[in-house]
Amino acid sequence: MQDTLRFITCGSVDDGKSTLIGRLLFESKNIFDDQLSALTKDSTRYGTQGEAVDFALLMDGLQAEREQRITIDVAYRFFATPRRRFVVADTPGHEQYTRNMATGASTADVAVLLVDARKGVLTQTRRHSRIVSMLGVRHVVVAINKMDLVNWDEAVFSQIAADYQLLANTLGFATVQTIPVSALTGDNITQGSAAIPWYTGPALLPCLEALEVTTPSDSLPFRMAVQWVNRPDPDFRGYCGRVASGVIKTGDAVCVMPQGTETQLKSIVVWQGERSAAAAGDAVTLCFDSDIDAGRGDVVASAVNPVELSDQFEAHVLCLSAQHLIAGRPYLIKLHTCQASATITAIKHRIDVDHGVRLAAKTLELNDIGVVNLSVDRALPFEPYGRVKSLGAFILIDRLTNETIGAGMIDFALRRAANLRWQALDLDKVARAGLKLQKPHCVWLTGLSGSGKSTIANLLEKRLFAAGRHTYVLDGDNIRHGLNRDLGFTEADRIENIRRVAEVAKLMVDAGLIVIVSFISPFRAERDYARSLFQTGEFFEVFVDTPLAECERRDPKGLYAKARRGSLKNFTGIDSPYEPPDTPELRLHAAVDSAENCVKKILNAFLP
Amino acid sequence: MNSHLDNLESESIEIIREAVATAGKPVMLYSIGKDSSVMLHLARKAFWPAPPPFPLLHIDTTWKFREMIAFRDRMAKESGFRLFVHTNQQARSNGVTPFTHGSEVYTDLMKTAALRQALDDGGYDMIFGGARRDEEKSRAKERIFSYRAAGHQWDPKAQRPELWNLYNTRLVVGETIRVFPLSNWTESDIWQYIEREQIPIVPLYFAAPRPVVRRAGQWIMVDDDRLPLNAGETPEIRMVRFRTLGCYPLTAAVESTATTLAEIIDETLAARSSERQGRLIDHDGAGSMERKKREGYF
Repeated sequence: MQDTLRFITCGSVDDGKSTLIGRLLFESKNIFDDQLSALTKDSTRYGTQGEAVDFALLMDGLQAEREQRITIDVAYRFFATPRRRFVVADTPGHEQYTRNMATGASTADVAVLLVDARKGVLTQTRRHSRIVSMLGVRHVVVAINKMDLVNWDEAVFSQIAADYQLLANTLGFATVQTIPVSALTGDNITQGSAAIPWYTGPALLPCLEALEVTTPSDSLPFRMAVQWVNRPDPDFRGYCGRVASGVIKTGDAVCVMPQGTETQLKSIVVWQGERSAAAAGDAVTLCFDSDIDAGRGDVVASAVNPVELSDQFEAHVLCLSAQHLIAGRPYLIKLHTCQASATITAIKHRIDVDHGVRLAAKTLELNDIGVVNLSVDRALPFEPYGRVKSLGAFILIDRLTNETIGAGMIDFALRRAANLRWQALDLDKVARAGLKLQKPHCVWLTGLSGSGKSTIANLLEKRLFAAGRHTYVLDGDNIRHGLNRDLGFTEADRIENIRRVAEVAKLMVDAGLIVIVSFISPFRAERDYARSLFQTGEFFEVFVDTPLAECERRDPKGLYAKARRGSLKNFTGIDSPYEPPDTPELRLHAAVDSAENCVKKILNAFLP
Repeated sequence: MNSHLDNLESESIEIIREAVATAGKPVMLYSIGKDSSVMLHLARKAFWPAPPPFPLLHIDTTWKFREMIAFRDRMAKESGFRLFVHTNQQARSNGVTPFTHGSEVYTDLMKTAALRQALDDGGYDMIFGGARRDEEKSRAKERIFSYRAAGHQWDPKAQRPELWNLYNTRLVVGETIRVFPLSNWTESDIWQYIEREQIPIVPLYFAAPRPVVRRAGQWIMVDDDRLPLNAGETPEIRMVRFRTLGCYPLTAAVESTATTLAEIIDETLAARSSERQGRLIDHDGAGSMERKKREGYF
């Protein structure tokens, strides 16, 4: 039986990746006649090979790619030989498109890494090797290309092979093979070449046909993430998913996480029938002996070997977006079929892809790889990526733009969530607030410096105090003198500043107080995060909407003047953005309304 | 050990379930061809014993082969799907045909614009299509979950990264995602699967004596009396079949004696030309598929 090998081609720009794939397809007779004639036509128009056929154009299917003569996005091609089927992902070499290269690598068994014989091992060679290693690709074939341009010199080949081996030694690949080729002339691609009597190994295609890639997932314990609950009628309840690892048979005891519910497998339902067993890779519907409460995002696992659960992870992360990954900012995480809120609590280090050394980093920028600590808002069932890829891989999504900004792989749990239960206390928020005869609230004042937040907060507290309410004001400047005095004004520090205040406000609301927060809090994501800590109806976002010109005119602390002179950096409204709330509970025009009136409006709206 | 068809099937079922689980209002584009037949079969498998939780949508240009329409109505009935049919009535009443307005304008109005109308009217946010990456070079570049900005435009330079089987399905109002469960299938996979699963297909795929005319080196079937015959063209009966099905004036037949699935598979494996060679609209200038896709075509 033919199996399928998935491989990617990667390497630096102009190393000849697309040409190599075109050549593989051509030599293995997988290009149709009409495609070849279209290719011949295109070659004269866009090609880089003069009158000859430019195989790169077979792969570079986008107009922009043909016009710029580069590969921008990953292309998937399919071909077969009598011995094996192949899915090949042709990935871009340009550094700015590294994320597209990672997309191709995430599902590959083998990486065919091209090296230009004239240039040897380059930064992109190292970068791509590190990325494929991190993504768990276990086999590398190094195709040393353009050997015809160095007269098939064995010494050149041996030197590059030795250089690459030094790099590979640090990356933990299972196999590394080095093959001299010329994609342009077709030498040593499908069969050995007379030009290299000194080379005794296989040509590229025979090498790929013979490469053994074993996936150990059948010997691991059974796991399946629930994708969909199938309930056509009250008598049928099936849990749909694709088996991530292991084997399951009817009658097996299973444990559903995170609930920890144990039950037995009654049946495995497939199209118009049932089967007695399922293994890794199968898409099935499972029915259990007892009715259990489970849904999308839960993991069905062997009861003998339940799946781990945690809300704190150490992970490798690749930044995929021009928006930096920042510690403290809440992102959406998608881990198998779970979606939750996750925050990078610390960037431990960035990995320098050229040398593999660890560098200190405050943020991760586009194409950076780093090791981070990740905190999730609830405990999720998972496996380390190195054990079961599909239960350890995740993506991070920006809450506002919905952009995929990071791809990550769980290395291990920092602590088992089981060891850190929430301490249940006998007295709760309702009891504590009841004693004070009030409903606890958080009134969050946001706006530019000088907009009048502190004046309003001060007056509001006096009014509430006079009415016998228990209150507290958290003021931006005051908090920065104590709790947050270790923080500066970079984007990352501002996010941490808000996170701490939001957490303190939450504790105070839990204590039964009415908390007035008076912070510039310029970013929507952090205000939304603050809101997410509270119950519905507890949190009031009040936008103190005073125009920048008016704030600057008032300039009570002389800060605008300093910022304009350039002696104060990252000042909101001047050289750091303020993102106004889209739908605040209340908007105050403090430039035209008196502080007294503003306070009245707040009291009328929330605290009658 | 699973066969490669089992793996493809499981992958597609996973994709279909993932889309439905995260969609607000999913719909499946049904074009009546062999790929649509396979996709519909996979959708039924994915949710068995429940019926698939979404309807089928067919964009009817009014120039489909008659046998396709008969087959469509039969399949909708047998499979238990709800079927919606949409035609661009404005363009139709303006008399737009492939002959009067040329294939490009016709395709834009009767297929692409019609599709956009139907998707907007239905408020669908995730739309299944049967496109495969091996069909055409711009499709080889497309994601499985292909994000479309409001207005259905595809921006090939701003595709969402798609690592592993993790799909970013987050949308705001007006944005949509095209989902391609058959992305990794090849033409021969489709035929082998149809044979293995005994999936019903339109009889036009099997060779039979049919009335055709020779036009620009291709065999065009005279499916009804609306096809204007050029000077010197006389319909003749030839043993032909179709590798791909679309609007009959724009879809060429190939001469063939393959009357069984086994013979079709043999022919497919030995073919020296690609299946879309018979799609006349693919040859409307270089990069024409990418341009159509950017405008919202599947």
